[in-house]
Amino acid sequence: MKVTLSGISRIGASLVAGAIVLFISGCGKGVPNADEGVAKGILLYGNGTEPKTLDPQRATGVPENKIISALIEGLITYHPTDDNLPEPGMAESWESNEDASVWTFHIREDALWSNGDPVTAHDFVYTYMRMLAPGFPGEYSQMLYILKNAQEYKEGDIEDFAKVGVTAIDDKTLRAELVGPTPYFLNMVKHYSWFPVHPATIEAHGGIFDMTAAWTLPENYVGNGPFVLTEWRPNQYVRVTKSPTYWDHDTMKLNEIYFYPVEDANTEHRMFWSGLLHITGTVPTNDVPHLRENYPDLLHIDDYLGTYFYRFNVTEPPLDNPLVRKALSLSIDRQAIVDKVTLGDQRPAYAYVPAGFNEYPAPHKVEFNPEKAKELMAEAGYPNGEGFPELYLLFNTSEGHRKIAQAVVNMWNKNLNINMQLENKEWKVYLDAQTHLDYDVSRSAWIGDYMDPITFLEMFTSGNGNNDTGWSSPEYDRLLDAAFKAGNEKEHFDLLLKAEDILLEELPIAPVYWYTRIYMMDPRVKNWTPKLLDNRPYKYIYLSE
Amino acid sequence: MFKFIFKRIIQSVIVLFTIITVTFFMVRFAPGDPFSAERKMPEHIKKNLMEHYGLNDPLIVQYGNYLLNLTHGDLGPSFTETRSVNQILRASFPVSLELGGLALLIALGIGLPIGITAAVFRNSLLDYVPMSLAMVGICLPTFVLGPMLAMIFGVWLGWFNVSGWFIPADRVLPALTIGLVYAAVIARITRGGMLEILSQDFIRTAKAKGVPFPKIIIFHTLKGGLLPVLSFLGPALAGIISGSFVVETIFQIPGMGRQFVQSAFNRDYTLVLGTVILFAVLITLANLLVDIIQVIINPRLRFEDS
Repeated sequence: MKVTLSGISRIGASLVAGAIVLFISGCGKGVPNADEGVAKGILLYGNGTEPKTLDPQRATGVPENKIISALIEGLITYHPTDDNLPEPGMAESWESNEDASVWTFHIREDALWSNGDPVTAHDFVYTYMRMLAPGFPGEYSQMLYILKNAQEYKEGDIEDFAKVGVTAIDDKTLRAELVGPTPYFLNMVKHYSWFPVHPATIEAHGGIFDMTAAWTLPENYVGNGPFVLTEWRPNQYVRVTKSPTYWDHDTMKLNEIYFYPVEDANTEHRMFWSGLLHITGTVPTNDVPHLRENYPDLLHIDDYLGTYFYRFNVTEPPLDNPLVRKALSLSIDRQAIVDKVTLGDQRPAYAYVPAGFNEYPAPHKVEFNPEKAKELMAEAGYPNGEGFPELYLLFNTSEGHRKIAQAVVNMWNKNLNINMQLENKEWKVYLDAQTHLDYDVSRSAWIGDYMDPITFLEMFTSGNGNNDTGWSSPEYDRLLDAAFKAGNEKEHFDLLLKAEDILLEELPIAPVYWYTRIYMMDPRVKNWTPKLLDNRPYKYIYLSE
Repeated sequence: MFKFIFKRIIQSVIVLFTIITVTFFMVRFAPGDPFSAERKMPEHIKKNLMEHYGLNDPLIVQYGNYLLNLTHGDLGPSFTETRSVNQILRASFPVSLELGGLALLIALGIGLPIGITAAVFRNSLLDYVPMSLAMVGICLPTFVLGPMLAMIFGVWLGWFNVSGWFIPADRVLPALTIGLVYAAVIARITRGGMLEILSQDFIRTAKAKGVPFPKIIIFHTLKGGLLPVLSFLGPALAGIISGSFVVETIFQIPGMGRQFVQSAFNRDYTLVLGTVILFAVLITLANLLVDIIQVIINPRLRFEDS
């Protein structure tokens, strides 16, 4: 009788085993693996999260940027090695007037859309008209306010788009009139909010205000970049293939790119080690020391244009007192945080704007000096922390942020003898608290959009939506405004440096570290160079044994 | 029986309506909104978007509109994706259903034989060893088992993709991860149910009358002994489908569990509601089905009673 029962389970077991064997032998892997990729020129790329949209005027995120840059090319494109330099894209040449307030771009004759239509100056005008249309929800539309009358048009003060500072002189010549001298204009134009869209395609799928974004689906997408959108499987991958109409397609060596939206760093890690990825988006922090020791050729750590910092709510005592804020900033040992907590070769932030901008020297103004911090606390009326109220350091729920916050709070409590506590909130609740100044100290970060310090400094002007500290300084606002209008780079940077000086003197924020990008990369990926903005032209990248 | 089903459906509709109402207002009262982000969008852009999605209307009007659209089966646009909620669910539900179904098959395929064996050979090695293993299985969370399986069979042995949902073989590891945990539960429930029946008088009578033991097990015990498993299956199926967030993340599966959790984090109001409604319908249906089967199998129950 025992035989019968175990016989049943044996039959069951062999059925299951049979099914498994069938599964394995029956099919390949379904997607190319790293070796196949190298043989066929297919790059497998870990790209963070699922893209929310592939419309350049509506996108806001890094993963979106990575894919859109493969599909669409702007007037100026990414330089292969140096983010400060302009690289000809749709424009083969350009010139500006003397004070850099009027720019003329000459669009190359052989520039084509993926459906064969020529790329014209009118396409750019249409794109900017769409972005600036008062009802169009382009989150980056403020990037275009550098064009004359753009803000007025967006806000409905003028209704004639012809008055906005962008004109098609002829099919291949585009002129941009700016609100003032803008020596860094070429760096701004590299941002995807300036990328052109194909007017006929937009019109064919609901027009400018269509919110379903039907035109961004693979069967409809028309771009002018090195790749065309072939497949978009939500939460699985986005596949792009080499575009035959791209003007520089002879230079291109890659045939395809797979963008995988992998949110979990550990999953991505396993994908890399089992040969499903050539490049990962990130690395689990705890693995970094081990990888650094054993796989130095696979682990990559690049400088990245971002700052991790803490915001102070300057509207409430005791943080309304600059002495207190300075004392708090002085008692953060940034080197220790970088060495012992974040582990990814991040650089201690001794200023707010990260180093790396052309000719903009990051000032070494923020230091670690607990003795001086104690003196300042005494001067502020809290000798040895006496009478200092209990405060909370707010961060959004995440293991990484918690570790850093824990370390900083310990430093504060130890060095200043105060009682600072941790407070974590779920992401949207945290954002809500930060916006409404419902916090004491709040974890923050900022990643630069383009290669100019303004991308960091602008947010702390009075009333800026991203200020979120309650801090304002008329002198700071004045310097920023003057820097906007400065006619040459030297003057521009000098004014910005002065502004940053004020910021670091009054410290509505305490910078902690400057970001790095940590990722794994197959050594067979060639011509890949570290970039501050992590933007690179895919056309030069290739795969080879 | 039809009266019973009809009554249950009416009850379900009321329950569903309550769930929709509570969810609709709860998600609105949570701090934050779908458009808040670290880099804030300009006020006028946000206003445009709110206007477009009708979020500026009084809440009660929005609620009415939502219910009205719902009667046409329209779950509305998603606030974070280009696809509509209907499209998202149409794509992700079959994936979750397939994963859940396979996991349940594995759970039953492993859990039932083990549980039956353990009950039949009570207090022997065949009882202790599998049951201890089952205890381990219950205690082992999917976020440990999943990565372990992926490491062993994906990275080291290379038999399977460590992630993805591209080919039939990609179903094996995630289904196994969920299936093994549920197999452990099912084994324990089966053992308990079988033991209860085995101690009944009619079994003793059958033994005394000389009915062969396998026959007793198969024809007299199984039917009653498996009833507890059956009533567990309804909630289990629903739980597997809705609760596979962890496994879907570990194995990069485009299923509903991820949509459900992400939508709550993103305050994607319509997607939260859409997933909740679908889950509620699913749970109600599964329970109804189990109840019907139970009455059919169990002579002690009548439709009127349940």
